[in-house]
Amino acid sequence: MPQDVLFQLKGVSKCFVKGKEKITIFEDLDLTINRGDFIAIMGPSGSGKTTLLNMLGGVDQPSAGEIWFDGARVDNLSEGALTRWRARNIGFIFQFYNLMPMLNAARNVELPLLLTKLSRAQRKKHVETALALVGLSDRAKHMPGEMSGGQQQRVAIARAIVSDPQLLLCDEPTGDLDRTTADEVLEMLQLLNREHGKTIVMVTHDPAAAKYAKQTLHLDKGKFVQRELVA
Amino acid sequence: MGSLFSQIVTVTAMNIRSLPRRLWMSLAMVLASAVVVAVLLAFLAMAKGFEATMEGAGSDRVAILMREGAAAELNSVLTREQVNLVAESAGIARDAQGPLISPELYVIVDGIKKASGTEANIPLRGLNAKGMAMRENMHLLEGRMFTPGTNEMIVGAGVLREFDGFEIGKEVRFGKNVWTVVGIFSTGGNVFESELWADAAMVQAHYNRGSSYQTIRVQLQTPGDLAPLRETIEREPRLNLDIQTERDYFANQGEQLRYMAIFGRVISFVMALGALAGALNTMYTSVADRAKEIATLRALGFGNFSAFCGTVAEALVLAAAGGLLGSLAAFLFFDGLSTSTLGGSFTQVVFSFEVSPDLFMQGAALALFIGFVSGFFPAWRAARVPVVVAFRNGA
Repeated sequence: MPQDVLFQLKGVSKCFVKGKEKITIFEDLDLTINRGDFIAIMGPSGSGKTTLLNMLGGVDQPSAGEIWFDGARVDNLSEGALTRWRARNIGFIFQFYNLMPMLNAARNVELPLLLTKLSRAQRKKHVETALALVGLSDRAKHMPGEMSGGQQQRVAIARAIVSDPQLLLCDEPTGDLDRTTADEVLEMLQLLNREHGKTIVMVTHDPAAAKYAKQTLHLDKGKFVQRELVA
Repeated sequence: MGSLFSQIVTVTAMNIRSLPRRLWMSLAMVLASAVVVAVLLAFLAMAKGFEATMEGAGSDRVAILMREGAAAELNSVLTREQVNLVAESAGIARDAQGPLISPELYVIVDGIKKASGTEANIPLRGLNAKGMAMRENMHLLEGRMFTPGTNEMIVGAGVLREFDGFEIGKEVRFGKNVWTVVGIFSTGGNVFESELWADAAMVQAHYNRGSSYQTIRVQLQTPGDLAPLRETIEREPRLNLDIQTERDYFANQGEQLRYMAIFGRVISFVMALGALAGALNTMYTSVADRAKEIATLRALGFGNFSAFCGTVAEALVLAAAGGLLGSLAAFLFFDGLSTSTLGGSFTQVVFSFEVSPDLFMQGAALALFIGFVSGFFPAWRAARVPVVVAFRNGA
């Protein structure tokens, strides 16, 4: 595997059995993600975008094929090993933020750090840095319910990057935001990609959002039908 | 390990802090647990109070002799000749006046219960001064001792508490005889406080007992040593008597009401099953309510075990809160509550409920059992459900 390849899907298939019917999501899908990529995955509903994202994040398993990450195969890891791998390497950003409503912004951002051996003081420092990066230093003590959607998504971004993962997986990160706020969030993701070297895979319905990525992959009926490089 | 501990603490704290979202379901679980614990403690406190009352009366220093085969004092008849033969036996403590022996009568009279206004049996004991001295802790609370040869009696504190018309100075009619209450006595809360005491000769006269008695109490030379008296009984054919220490006698009398504790445990167990069903429902609802949070945490890299522990901890906290509430209610409503029930001689035994620390421990154990079982299965689901399924459920 070349040095700049971070993620590779080789002949990956995913199918479900529903009653007596076998439903195929993908069949024999190949995908290579290089370090520093910012890929937008687009496609109609039911095309398998989120399932693909879940497989990249190790929360769903392929029915066949192999998934390689940083030179190591990960699709055959045990559930515990996959959980630890995810904690080390993946940051998730969800459409509806998925913040813990009973924790303030700082405590939400701190969650991934609880899986590390960092001391309380070290964790505090990392949280402050992450919140500063998303421009929310002054909102550290605010509860999610006290913040706007855009602010909550920025907290979610801070949570995703606080443990310095190599890959950010974003599932419709602007799907619940107005255009202006969506643009702010997308600019932030772009910044993280360009200036902090984060590899980003983003699932979106929104062509305007996809323009922030370096390339867009169009998924339909389990196949990549178009690859588009953004200028 | 530190990381796992942090995960568990964080998930548990989040679950507890999210309880207001499930306020009514959570309160239902707390209340169910409280009721079960309160019922258990009420039964156990009753059994314990009764047991303490019976056992507190028995002493190893005193032996009680009854007719062979008599299960209780009421069934026994002894002659004056038998009393004299026992008085000559070895093994009995003596003072300047001779052997410490108390031939006693035990008859049933009626009293009116304050609580219900109904008639109930009270034992009237005929005894002498040596008999009274054998009762440890016996002391007069009010008034004076009865005068031998008169229709005077002293009344146990329990009788005064539970029955009408036994205050000092009152005249009490039993059949054709009128007795005057001249004193109130205590024996430290044991079963003797449920009795009326009068001069043995007067009881013999009024109840046509001639020179017969029902029991003999003797103070032993060596506490618990019945051997010399047994030897006398075996050697003397006129002494067809059973002998046991007073402690053993009352322990046997108390035995019959151990059913209270067994009954209480059975009732509590059945109620606990009902509470468990409700608690399981609460906890499954809790897991469903937190599905998105559980899925998010697991996506972030939190392990299954922390999701499991967090759910079990939530159930334990709710059940423990219920247990605490139930224990508090049992303590406030039942501890020290005085009541009476039918004892071994078809007479009322007055006793008080005792909610003691060991009962609290039993209540706590039951509450934690409810919490653990009701948390275990929902926790297992929370830990095992695939993350994508949890996301779908929580959407």
